[in-house]
Amino acid sequence: MYNSEVLKGEDLKKGAYVFKIAGIGLAAGLCNGLFGAGGGMVVVPAMVHILKLDEHDAHATAIAVILPLVGISSYIYFKNGFLDFSTSWPVAAGGAVGGALGASLLNRIPSKWLHRIFGLFMIAAAVRMII
Amino acid sequence: MLLFVIGLLSGMIGGMGIGGGTILIPSLIFIAEVSQHVAQGVNLISFIPTSLFAIIIHIKNRHIHFKTAFHLIPAGALGAILGSFMASCLSASLLRKLFGIFLLVMGFYELLRKEKEKKEEKKSK
Repeated sequence: MYNSEVLKGEDLKKGAYVFKIAGIGLAAGLCNGLFGAGGGMVVVPAMVHILKLDEHDAHATAIAVILPLVGISSYIYFKNGFLDFSTSWPVAAGGAVGGALGASLLNRIPSKWLHRIFGLFMIAAAVRMII
Repeated sequence: MLLFVIGLLSGMIGGMGIGGGTILIPSLIFIAEVSQHVAQGVNLISFIPTSLFAIIIHIKNRHIHFKTAFHLIPAGALGAILGSFMASCLSASLLRKLFGIFLLVMGFYELLRKEKEKKEEKKSK
């Protein structure tokens, strides 16, 4: 059906896709396991810029990718005694309420300076953690 | 109460699309004086209920690309296993420094992000 050149081109495309997918997945998983955070900050821009997903779809898809990774990492953390449930529950409850509030505020607050403020906050915290 | 407020604020920030965990973990360490490994574990656990709700809403609104998600999960799972074992082998002070470096990179990305997007919009127009 296909001539050989087309097949080669498609194989190459497929190979590149598998390579990209494996790289993005591995990077997101490593961050998730090693830092317990940040999988989304890797996978969302990667899906937007490399896989060309729409920004909103990338956010939604990222959650579906990260949830199973969180399950795996949590299990290993649990086995190593790093899960403290008495600290986790109040934070998780606050996080659920805050997440709903944040999502409803999403389009009402100009995100440009929001990102800048939190970028600065993250840099300040980072410097304090490194020193 | 303090823990609830920390969760609330970082949840709000996460809900607005800025990595909530990258803010939650340093807050837990500096304000609630939780150890590095435990803070990371708290962030993992607190992701689960919120993200379950978010997934249901996103499925309703048809924003999830299931094919892409299923393709990314196997390599992601491998990474999560490797990363978690690495974290369990590292001392709290070394892990904290590595986390700090990661946070620094992500902080600069957040700070510079908007200008990049503007340029791309112009290009596509």
